[in-house]
Amino acid sequence: MNICVCIKQVPDTNEIKVDPVTHTLVRAGVPSIVNPFDTYAQEVGVRLKEKLGGKVVVISMGPPQAKEALKSCLAVGADAAYLISGRKFGGSDTLATSYILSEAIKAVEEKEGLKFDLILCGKQAVDGDTAQVGPEIAEHLDLPQITYALDIIEEDGEIQVKRECEAGYDMIATKLPAVVTVVKLPYEPRYPTIKSKMAAKKKEIPVLSEEDIPSIDLACCGLKGSPTKVKKTYTPVREKNGVKLAGMPAEEAAEQVVKLIYDAKIL
Amino acid sequence: MCNLTDYKNMWVFIETECGKAKNVGYELLNVAKPLAEEKGCELVAVVIGKDIEGVAKDAIAYGADSAIIVDGPEYEYYTTDAFANAMVALVEKYKPETLMIGATNNGRDMGPRVSCRLKTGLTADCTEIAIDEETGNIAWTRPTFGGNLMATIMCPENRPQMGTVRPGVFKKGAYDEARTGEIIKEDIHTAPEDIRTRLVERVQEVAESINLEEAEIIVSGGRGVGSAENFALLQELADVLGATVGCSRAVVDAGWMPHAHQVGQSGKTVAPKLYFAIGISGAIQHVAGISGSDTIVAVNKDADAPIFDVADYGIVGNLNEVVPALTAAFKAQKN
Repeated sequence: MNICVCIKQVPDTNEIKVDPVTHTLVRAGVPSIVNPFDTYAQEVGVRLKEKLGGKVVVISMGPPQAKEALKSCLAVGADAAYLISGRKFGGSDTLATSYILSEAIKAVEEKEGLKFDLILCGKQAVDGDTAQVGPEIAEHLDLPQITYALDIIEEDGEIQVKRECEAGYDMIATKLPAVVTVVKLPYEPRYPTIKSKMAAKKKEIPVLSEEDIPSIDLACCGLKGSPTKVKKTYTPVREKNGVKLAGMPAEEAAEQVVKLIYDAKIL
Repeated sequence: MCNLTDYKNMWVFIETECGKAKNVGYELLNVAKPLAEEKGCELVAVVIGKDIEGVAKDAIAYGADSAIIVDGPEYEYYTTDAFANAMVALVEKYKPETLMIGATNNGRDMGPRVSCRLKTGLTADCTEIAIDEETGNIAWTRPTFGGNLMATIMCPENRPQMGTVRPGVFKKGAYDEARTGEIIKEDIHTAPEDIRTRLVERVQEVAESINLEEAEIIVSGGRGVGSAENFALLQELADVLGATVGCSRAVVDAGWMPHAHQVGQSGKTVAPKLYFAIGISGAIQHVAGISGSDTIVAVNKDADAPIFDVADYGIVGNLNEVVPALTAAFKAQKN
């Protein structure tokens, strides 16, 4: 089974702080990581390959430094990696990004001399949180999709996906090729070893720009190809002047709060 | 690029399964109603499902001016292909200016498929929807970077303008049985061989259905609760108040509670009358999911925990003492 895993390098959003004076994001010193949901997509992809044979190719659209993220995927089982990076790609929203990735996937198939049976993405990236790029890649490639995967099982050239739903899960089957977006797995992604890290370091990561994807329609890329425009951004205001009780016995504090709640007719 | 003046009216997708509507559709009608009035356009409920005429009537009672229904056996359970095909066909025929979709797992599965086929913009998980004064476009506001930043997004040159909204962010309007409106039936079908996914099995994991989005009172615990067993303290408080128990992501990661209970950016967005944050530090991802609460009560041993910044009432202390004291005090008050 040949598998393409789409990953994104993101800032660790747990580490992001808001500057209290300028009200902007402080990104300096915030580590870049592989989007956590994508690490699950990569792990299940590698496990399927180990069971069934084939190849796992990781791709990422981003600036040159996203190569670091691709290297870390090569260190945990991916066979090859491509960086999709070009001047005309900047400023893309999800529609343009998914278009570029879908064209890149076709270009990578040609370069690798194979056809992908399965395209895996994380459910969403933790910086943008849209969950749109996976389904949009499926639409551009006219493939079936299964989102919110908790596990993927292969059986007779078909896959069955355990799909998260509100009160439990559904088992959904589809024929290949298909696109699956992954939430979590019953197991954790593997860690690299020193040896696998060294080997990953030595591997070359080809960069595909607009010039390397001749079929691409540049009118569908970047700002020009993006129907959504960001009008403004701001940091949410979270200061409330609430009542805070400290340094008193639990019973007393509890009684006061309950009284305040009833006095304010909240209950 | 399309001729913007061809596109009229505001649509809300009412998601159904087995003929039953999900509440988020009705919540969206309530948000869209004043916007449609401001625009002077019709508010249309779009219902896709099986045996859904009752749902269309309910949608009108909840504020829709009219409804379009697509009924068929293939819509009993959600599939990407059948639902996206039906929605795209409707949009191409009627050309709505705006389309809102509930950000359930199915809504977030269908939404991008539809917007991509129509080559238009989709804004995910909006928490605020307004009309931009200058351009008349919809201004969709959403949290990004894990809730650290809010972004207002517009789709100026493509139609329909599409957005998803998570369940529980907005409240349903009043049900007015006296309201009437036209119900248009559209016969749209996808052939079985063109539905490329198949539901093999449905497994209900949550014993009693947990409905955090509609709970009036929620008692939530975080890492500070210390163990799965200790959630019994929270359950006792919840029992006295008739509340639902929720938790933070740390609790799910630790395996103390199932994901269905999780509140926050990667869990449920909630908007209860009263929210208890017990042993929850108040990471921005959690706070992003509770900011619709009317009143927040925080209990934490760390006086500097950020949860106190958003709490209306805070108690600094040991939750093992404070929570039973709260339970006792509410019990006393009720008697």
